[in-house]
Amino acid sequence: MRRRPQVAAAVATVVVMALAISGCGRGADAGAGVESRITVLAAASLTDAFSDVATAFEAATPGLTVEVNSGASSSLREQILAGAPGDVFAPADNANMAAVVKAGAAVDPADFVANELQIVVPAGNSAGVTGLADFADADLLLGLCAEEVPCGQLARRVLATAGVTPGGLAPAIDTNEPDVRSLLTKVEAGELDAGIVYRTDVLAAGDAVEGIDIPADANVAVTYAIAALTGAANPEGAAAFVAFVLSDEGQAILASFGFRTP
Amino acid sequence: MKPRVGQRRRPRSARAPWLIGPLAALAVAYIAVPFVALLQRAPWTNLGEAVRQPVVTDALRLSLVTAFAATGFSLLVGIPLAWVLARTRFPGRSATRALITLPMVLPPVVGGAALLFAFGRQGMLGGPVATATGFLLPFSVWGVVAANTFVAMPFLVVTVEAGLRAADARYEDAAATLGASRGMIFWRVTVPHAAPSIIAGAVLCWARALGEFGATVTFAGNLQGRTQTMPLAVFLALETDREAAIALSLVLIAVSLAVLLPLRDRWLGT
Amino acid sequence: MLSAVIEVAVGNLRLEVDLEVDEGEVVALLGPNGAGKTTALRAIAGLRPIDDGRIELDGCVLDHPATATFVATSRRPIGVVFQDYLLFPRLSALDNVAFGLRARGRPRADARAEAQRWLDRLGLADVAGARPRSLSGGQAQRVALARALATDPRLLLLDEPLAALDAGTRLWVRTELRRHLATFDGARLLVTHDPVDALVLADRLVILEDGRITQTGVPAEVTARPASRYAAQLVGINLLHGVAAGERTVRLGTGTELTVADPLPGPEVAIALRPQAIALHRHRPDGSPRNSWAATVSEVEADRDRVRVTLAGPVPATAEITPAAVAELDLVAGTPVWASVKAVDLTTYQR
Repeated sequence: MRRRPQVAAAVATVVVMALAISGCGRGADAGAGVESRITVLAAASLTDAFSDVATAFEAATPGLTVEVNSGASSSLREQILAGAPGDVFAPADNANMAAVVKAGAAVDPADFVANELQIVVPAGNSAGVTGLADFADADLLLGLCAEEVPCGQLARRVLATAGVTPGGLAPAIDTNEPDVRSLLTKVEAGELDAGIVYRTDVLAAGDAVEGIDIPADANVAVTYAIAALTGAANPEGAAAFVAFVLSDEGQAILASFGFRTP
Repeated sequence: MKPRVGQRRRPRSARAPWLIGPLAALAVAYIAVPFVALLQRAPWTNLGEAVRQPVVTDALRLSLVTAFAATGFSLLVGIPLAWVLARTRFPGRSATRALITLPMVLPPVVGGAALLFAFGRQGMLGGPVATATGFLLPFSVWGVVAANTFVAMPFLVVTVEAGLRAADARYEDAAATLGASRGMIFWRVTVPHAAPSIIAGAVLCWARALGEFGATVTFAGNLQGRTQTMPLAVFLALETDREAAIALSLVLIAVSLAVLLPLRDRWLGT
Repeated sequence: MLSAVIEVAVGNLRLEVDLEVDEGEVVALLGPNGAGKTTALRAIAGLRPIDDGRIELDGCVLDHPATATFVATSRRPIGVVFQDYLLFPRLSALDNVAFGLRARGRPRADARAEAQRWLDRLGLADVAGARPRSLSGGQAQRVALARALATDPRLLLLDEPLAALDAGTRLWVRTELRRHLATFDGARLLVTHDPVDALVLADRLVILEDGRITQTGVPAEVTARPASRYAAQLVGINLLHGVAAGERTVRLGTGTELTVADPLPGPEVAIALRPQAIALHRHRPDGSPRNSWAATVSEVEADRDRVRVTLAGPVPATAEITPAAVAELDLVAGTPVWASVKAVDLTTYQR
């Protein structure tokens, strides 16, 4: 007889775990005091910032732990559409969010930060890069993100707007990197004379690189949207995390990483 | 002539011991199922169109050229290295053998970064060379070959070394007693004896080079027609169009099968 | 002429050998497994540099550590027939024989013509295009011999040339080898652990035990006065001489006829008979052994777990039997017995 409560508790634990694992626990109440976790699928450019945001969120919301799963926004989109478990989605561009919303996997995305592009050069700028015009110089070693990824699309738009590469062709470019980190690595190592990445990435790379501002009339503003996923195992936790990101405290942390308010 | 002994009739192939058959079938199924799944997702109607795009033909040509070049370079220096490891004793031989297998365990992206630090414009060796001659490995076809070679050569060296160890060195003695010089012994006796392992090693090396992604993109970058190989094209296609990515993968698989199957039949199978 | 003083350490074995082989002579280096025979041969061929000593062939110093002289294997005028022949598996018999000529810079066509002549001479014309894998043991041995001789060496080394053959072909190939060795006029050194091979093929025996030479001499000397237990056992072989009296029949000097298993190699033959192959009986045996004769025991000598029984009579020979058999037959000097031997146990060769 005395074993009854223990058995009940064990059964409850198994059920909660099963619901969490299967990802079909919509409406399942994690319950106050029961430890729970949420998974945030975030763009690679948000990795460091969201790590700090998650720490602050966990401190403010006892019992909830946050796992930030970062990657290329398009890869994360593919994972979500393929049914991978996750609670919150924060991609680096609106197209990926739009695709997920259209598929019904997320609702009500909210813009939470803005970013912009910046020219990045190795510390010391030995090639003497001064602005976008240098991206037509075939003698320099220049890199962009590939046009298949958001930072590559944006960089091409900026170069076209500035009249450096009319028609979008960039013959002086030596490499189209598959992601920002890969491009940044080559600039940090001094292998490239210049590249175009997000302002926040330049800041995060520290002393190894320098940023050169792009004139406001040529630059593009990128807004990042965040949304809870409809398939969230923990909808309350997901909503709480989104709210925290939009709060003053969350915004202050993001600003410290170079992000601006949208 | 006299009838040879041992003509007792034998079964054509061995009977598998208990559990071996099912386990072997499991191994085949484990490899086959993902490929079947891939084929099932393939956009068969658009396949021809996908293959004819310049971005695909460029990448395919570059992949083949660089994979063969990397294999050729690996053969050139890898066979001698395998010989030294198999046939000579010197202090640090074990360390050398461990070193040569490092690229097999290193994440390729790290390997690519290491190549940059060594042979890049600011690299340990690449820097002085670039200053003196203006020659740059990164962002060039040679960079792709260099990355492929770094990652794929260990497969050749390890395979050929094993083959040389298994080969009977007394054939080399026999050649020496017939007056053969060291060079003639190496080319006429050692290499032909190790031929099966050299072919097997070259196939492994080529296949690894053909599929190489991480080190290539990190060291050589990605530019259509110059450094964009098939795996890079596949990876980027995946960003925007999954069907195109699958189509490209199928092309890569078909081309590698077309190259490997005749070789397997001739050299590795019976 | 080969003159070799070899000192070399291999593992636990310390080999110290002083060996001479004259022009035209066939010397057998005879010893148990692990005695250092093959090491000595490898040292002479230059495949194993010696630690100390001096190897000289026809007045040319090949290996002399004291003066730091060492002639590479490929530059020594020495032909080697290896134990399992080591024919290059991917080359035809012809190209195997032509290999050494090509190594000496002969043009391909020239080398092949010369190789073909060697194959013809050794009765191998039919198998010139065959790969080693498809050759019989005897053919492979002759190809190996042709390959070694084609380079016109001054010394021919043979490492257990018959060990790779099965018992049936061995007898016949041994006789063939003896005939072919006779056509080569340089020095010949044969390594073997089989006393029959040594007795049939060699003019002189050198017995090597545990890295040292324990006896050397012509077969008759060694047979008569074995210097060690091993030698006694080894050369305790009965040697009989006779003439052909039929396709498979030999008539001994005493008039007794013995039947052998294979056709005789020539009109004058020698027969090697192992003491262990002789069976002794109280009464005349009936049944299979076709060769039996009445004899008288002249001497009984215990040798550890075996007993050597010397027989007088039409076939002078020594038999080796177990102590139990001696007790059962109640053998002492003077006992009359019947001896028998199977035809297959009589090894014949040309005298």
